[in-house]
Amino acid sequence: MADPRTHRLRLWSSGLTVGVILLAVLLVPPLVQLDEQAVDLSRKLLPPSWEHPFGTDDLGRDLLLRCVYGLRISLLVGLVAALVATVVGTAVGAAAGALGGWTDRTLMRLVDAFSSVPHLLLGIFVVALFRPGVWPVIASVAVTHWLSTARIVRSEVLSLRTRPFIDAAVSGGAGRWRVAVRHLLPAVLPQAGLAAVLMVPHAMWHESALSFLGLGLPSHQASLGNLVQNARSSLLAGDWWPTLFPGLLLILPTLAIAGLAGVWRDRLNPRRRSELML
Amino acid sequence: MLELDSVTAGYERRAPVFHGASLTVAPGESVGLLGPSGCGKSTLARVAALLHRPDAGRLVLDGTEVRAWRHRAPRAQRTAVGVVFQQPRTAADPRLTLTELIAEPLRATGRRAEAADRVAALAPAVGLTPDLLGRRPHEVSDGQLQRACLARALTLRPRWLICDEMTAMLDASTTAALVAAVETYRAETGAGLLAVGHDRVLLNRWCDRTVDWKDCLTAAP
Repeated sequence: MADPRTHRLRLWSSGLTVGVILLAVLLVPPLVQLDEQAVDLSRKLLPPSWEHPFGTDDLGRDLLLRCVYGLRISLLVGLVAALVATVVGTAVGAAAGALGGWTDRTLMRLVDAFSSVPHLLLGIFVVALFRPGVWPVIASVAVTHWLSTARIVRSEVLSLRTRPFIDAAVSGGAGRWRVAVRHLLPAVLPQAGLAAVLMVPHAMWHESALSFLGLGLPSHQASLGNLVQNARSSLLAGDWWPTLFPGLLLILPTLAIAGLAGVWRDRLNPRRRSELML
Repeated sequence: MLELDSVTAGYERRAPVFHGASLTVAPGESVGLLGPSGCGKSTLARVAALLHRPDAGRLVLDGTEVRAWRHRAPRAQRTAVGVVFQQPRTAADPRLTLTELIAEPLRATGRRAEAADRVAALAPAVGLTPDLLGRRPHEVSDGQLQRACLARALTLRPRWLICDEMTAMLDASTTAALVAAVETYRAETGAGLLAVGHDRVLLNRWCDRTVDWKDCLTAAP
């Protein structure tokens, strides 16, 4: 358990960062009526100034605006992919753990099969099946990221299943479904939720990796991966700002969300929990 | 009758905890099963409660041989046996209030409407005051939680009651109160009792007859 002051500092700094990011991506696009695609070649590659705090890119587009739009797309992909992956992972893990036997063996071999392929490779395979766009990227990240949640939920369910309170429920006439919904799921939901939160930044990085490789979102669309990819040539010419700011915006939410997840994990910590419950 | 006939059971097929245990409880009878720690008496109790499938042997419940265990057993057969476990902490879902805990068997069997009346009748019978009923397991003592667990075992009015070391964790006055609650229930309903424990003095006083674990083992391995 971290020292309470560090703990509070982490909670506040992470919470504030996530709050500012959410406000920016939710409010800036509807309030600021500017086109993030507007090209102005007379203003290309201007360094950061008051007029363009993040500078402009090689087509003279304002990078601050493009970063906000990029962050919005990346967060959307991260959130939806993490949600889908967590729901699928929880369902598979709970089914495997609660039903046992052949169901368990079949599902876990499926998990092994998916894990045996490097997940970036599998992700590339999935996006290659469709036209470039947001949904193929979300599908690609979701398909490759439900595995760890399934494993976590299954092991949690396996350990819960042998507890006497499950015996008591069976003896009290509860069917399998009742035991799963009333007793097992509520117990694993905090763990699954934590896994989902930790997965958001990971999914964002995947979107960026796919876009950077040119396989993710269409290249005109502002996403953090596309911004970094487009900035490569300028970086070689010594123009650092088109790479730095999207890069920072990739790292900052990751650290902030990981910080929040860390606070949550401390609350789930068995020792802390036993202090609360016993 | 609750008849356990040459039951072999354990958690690993090649190394059962015990071989060929037999025990009979007549309707309305109370039987105490005495044995040292780790001998397998709790496992036998789980077999009798249809919670653990034996590797060999038969369980006959009111003239019907039990052929399926846990979820596979018909609900009427499962709920004919009420169980109280040794440790109330692990036997109670930490998310439910005591009221929900006691009412859960009725809700699980689709008789939600009867829940409020049944809880109101059972709580005083096991000595739970109304202010405790809204609390969750971590907000009550072991003794209070065990009272709720006993009430839960009685919720569906089982014809058989199995108390697996029910009072091992408790002080003398709570033990006396719980035994009295069980006996009141049995006097009203004529339910049979299998009390598993290691306290010879308690079981001798409580039960019509006590059986030593080694006398249950009829067949050689």
